[in-house]
Amino acid sequence: MATEKLEPLLREAFPDATELEIVDRTGGGDHFQVTVAAPRFEGLSLVEQHRLVYDALADPLADGTIHELRITTKGI
Amino acid sequence: MLREKIEQVVSDEPVALFMKGTPELLMCGNSERALRALRGAGAPVTAVNVLPDPRIRQELSDLSGWPTIPQVFIRGELVGGADIVEELAASGELERTLEQKLGTEYRNGTERVVDVLA
Repeated sequence: MATEKLEPLLREAFPDATELEIVDRTGGGDHFQVTVAAPRFEGLSLVEQHRLVYDALADPLADGTIHELRITTKGI
Repeated sequence: MLREKIEQVVSDEPVALFMKGTPELLMCGNSERALRALRGAGAPVTAVNVLPDPRIRQELSDLSGWPTIPQVFIRGELVGGADIVEELAASGELERTLEQKLGTEYRNGTERVVDVLA
């Protein structure tokens, strides 16, 4: 499962996430929907919240593992 | 030169949308989502197609620190990509931001396309 490559990266970046979901949107293993709810997002703008997710997934974004990424973030 | 052109669009245009394709010839679903959300809010969109030269996307991401396309800027400030713009449009915050930053008459602006390679 392609999502298994991403999950440890997100768990590491958001160890206290209360919700963490990765969906392979197309089944092709490179279009993902990531949903993260974490206390870390509280008080941050959406741009700042999404930047944290991009930072966590910088490697798979850079090497082409992720072709397309949709992000939903929530503070607690 | 290219970098300066991109910086100029970001800083000078009320609403800049860096996208794949143009509003008339959309080449990516996410660029379409961002455009639709902006149009829905009545934003005067200045669109830049990043596809003609890979350096456009590279320079833009260096500048913004945002890795994906589309990217939306309002008065020089990065608002986000398709997900954020859709979310802000749905909550009504996009219209509030546009009004705050561009004034209540912002809907009178027109949509256009700018070529940063020219």
